[in-house]
Amino acid sequence: MNGIGIIKGLLITLKHFFDTYIFDFGRKQKNLTPDDKRGMVNSSGLFTIQYPEEVLAASEEFRVIPFLVYETAENGDHKYRCTSCGICAKVCPTQCIFITRKKDAETGKPIPSPEEFYIDTDKCMNCGFCAEYCPFDAIKMNHDFELATYVRGDTHIYNKEMLGKPVEYYAKIRPVNYALEVAEKAEKAEKATAA
Amino acid sequence: MSDQIVIHPLYAKLLEKFPESVVMDERQGFSGIVVQAITLLEVVKELRDNLGYDYLSSVTAVDDFPEERLEVIYHLFKSIGGAPVEIKVFLEREEPVVPSLTPMYPGAELQEREVWDLYGIRFDDHPDLRRILLWEGFEGFPLRKDWKEPLYEEDTKPFKSRWPEGKGERKELLNPYKDNVQYPREFDPNTLSGDVDQAMYKSLEYSDDPNSRVLQTDQMVVNIGPQHPSTHGVFRMTVVMEGETIVNLKPVVGYLHRNHEKIGERNTWLQNMPYTDRLDYLAPMSNNFGYAITVEKLMGIVPTERAEYIRVMMAELTRIASHTMTTGFLLNDLGAYFTPALYALEERELILDIFEEVAGSRMMVNYFRFGGVVRDVSPEVLKKIRHLVYNRLPRKIDELDKYISANEIVRIRCEGVGVLTADDAIAFSTTGPNLRASGVPYDVRRADPYSIYESLDFDVCTRDHGDVFDRYRVRIDEIHQSIRILKQVLDRIPEGPIMAGKPQYVAKVPAGEAYGRVEGPRGELGFYVVSDGKPNPKRYHVRAPSFINLTSLAQMCKGAKVADAVTILGAVDIVLGEVDR
Ligand code: SF4
Ligand code: SF4
Repeated sequence: MNGIGIIKGLLITLKHFFDTYIFDFGRKQKNLTPDDKRGMVNSSGLFTIQYPEEVLAASEEFRVIPFLVYETAENGDHKYRCTSCGICAKVCPTQCIFITRKKDAETGKPIPSPEEFYIDTDKCMNCGFCAEYCPFDAIKMNHDFELATYVRGDTHIYNKEMLGKPVEYYAKIRPVNYALEVAEKAEKAEKATAA
Repeated sequence: MSDQIVIHPLYAKLLEKFPESVVMDERQGFSGIVVQAITLLEVVKELRDNLGYDYLSSVTAVDDFPEERLEVIYHLFKSIGGAPVEIKVFLEREEPVVPSLTPMYPGAELQEREVWDLYGIRFDDHPDLRRILLWEGFEGFPLRKDWKEPLYEEDTKPFKSRWPEGKGERKELLNPYKDNVQYPREFDPNTLSGDVDQAMYKSLEYSDDPNSRVLQTDQMVVNIGPQHPSTHGVFRMTVVMEGETIVNLKPVVGYLHRNHEKIGERNTWLQNMPYTDRLDYLAPMSNNFGYAITVEKLMGIVPTERAEYIRVMMAELTRIASHTMTTGFLLNDLGAYFTPALYALEERELILDIFEEVAGSRMMVNYFRFGGVVRDVSPEVLKKIRHLVYNRLPRKIDELDKYISANEIVRIRCEGVGVLTADDAIAFSTTGPNLRASGVPYDVRRADPYSIYESLDFDVCTRDHGDVFDRYRVRIDEIHQSIRILKQVLDRIPEGPIMAGKPQYVAKVPAGEAYGRVEGPRGELGFYVVSDGKPNPKRYHVRAPSFINLTSLAQMCKGAKVADAVTILGAVDIVLGEVDR
């Protein structure tokens, strides 16, 4: 009979509507696991969340726009890990990394540290190559995706200060990677002392 | 590799039959035969009619600059499976002309137009040789090696101005037009509009003669798109109609054109990987897969076993995500606006969550590397996939299927609409679910197995009617097959390294050529690469399945109602990122 299909379709929508309440009710009773959240494997009914009020946690590997890692010295100076070796600038597919190598003022010899470091964030395609191939763990991908601004122009070319983030921040957003890195370094140091 | 050249028996046959005009391509690392332009048609006719090569997969070209030579390259297959035969025609760079294969293989039509557009190679007897991705009046042929784009810096990346003396500045400001566009001299944009489309309207053979019509009504040309919700992006169909019935149709593409291939030739080998994500952005893992196996062929490396399993797992997850999305949006095109589409998206969402966890991004995954994948899949993620594959997906897909397949509106609107016969489907080089819905059991995973597909159990899904409904059915069947594959992969996935050798950012690719193909959700996704031993590819070509599937759109739409054209297009399932490249 004609029309049955339409009614069935509307019933599906209605079922979704009620599922939402049943799911919410069920959630109050149980011990919550992450899978019981909206938009996760176990959820039924409404799938979306109310975005700015509620934010889903990003997974560790999530990547947007890189940042430069620095350690804070005792006197408050920022010690960037970057040695301006240029690998990230070479591997970057969009060629949006610009590095000026520091030079000794007297001899003109290069010093392993960046004088200036820019990333044109309009061009950056968030591929993560720079973080992947940096041999000094000096550049990492950020999690902060709320980057909208009112003006384009030069504000989207980030300089060294805008890109810099303390190592604690890195440890916070990528705990597993950070732990691995620390363990690796410790192992290396041990080998060095043993040798 | 042995020094002795072993000539494939097929090539031997051709060499014997055409001793004067066919020679082997004997350059190191290259294969195939070189045919003279005048005998091309004869050789191809022999291949098609007597040797069974009924499927023209790809047509492309290579510029040998600074040598004064262009090459046109054809890949032909048998629709019953097997490896390709590769035919090359060498041409002068000045005024290159080659006979068109479109009369013999209608599937060559759009591809030859693309080669004309980007290389300036003229195809004799082509029914409608116009530019396709660029606009009529564009100056130059951009894939030629001596053509330079507006913000040209250097031939190849990495650019020297980035390090050690890099200054952060907007390169766009250097352009006098303050825009990324290049105009010919004496170009006046105001004169543009009319002429550009005139050639297209002419090609529609739109006639004013009242005696040629069935109905006593005027024929009418209607442009659907480029900005239209039914076109899945910026895509335009120009339709000639008699009343509501479609008499002729031309797809107009190129609105998203960015010359992916030129960018690819400026990039280093590795840098192309994230760019492939942007082709078919609904199935990024497949794109990565295709590019990775092609370059690996050339480099002669084999990925580790665990990496192979992970790759297949990701490729099948991508297929499920893409097919559910297509199914949802087909309902959109039928007029069930967005509610069902969003229900279908829920499953895709969960798969994208998995991609985010393993690759770092939901769509632009950039996950494959030459010789493996970038990151291992953790046990927790495997558990998630297992849960999805065993518990959630089969149930949800059945739910979707039960509702849609039995729905009377869906059936009335889809059954018998947009029929493509098996012969036509092969002739038009249609691939993927569209080809299988016409009853041709051709699936690259079986026809020319790659990775570990040979050892996996799955069926090639076909249907017989070749209409929109069957295309939808094939997709649902394929989701079930993918789930079947995933179950096997999850059971067998071995421990071990995920990368053959150390990760390196400079890929050493010896000189030569390779054509690799995978079965993406939209069909045969091929990559043709040529290396001259440098850090950048000399040629990087993408055989984009949804672009080539568009060749048969007019055939499917002729005689249908205009509202059906929208449905037919939805079932062809194009992704504009890939069509326009
Ligand atoms: S690769 Fe790392 S150390 Fe080298 S320039 Fe880039 S951020 Fe600095
Ligand atoms: S994420 Fe990719 S595009 Fe962005 S700066 Fe790093 S290498 Fe360049």
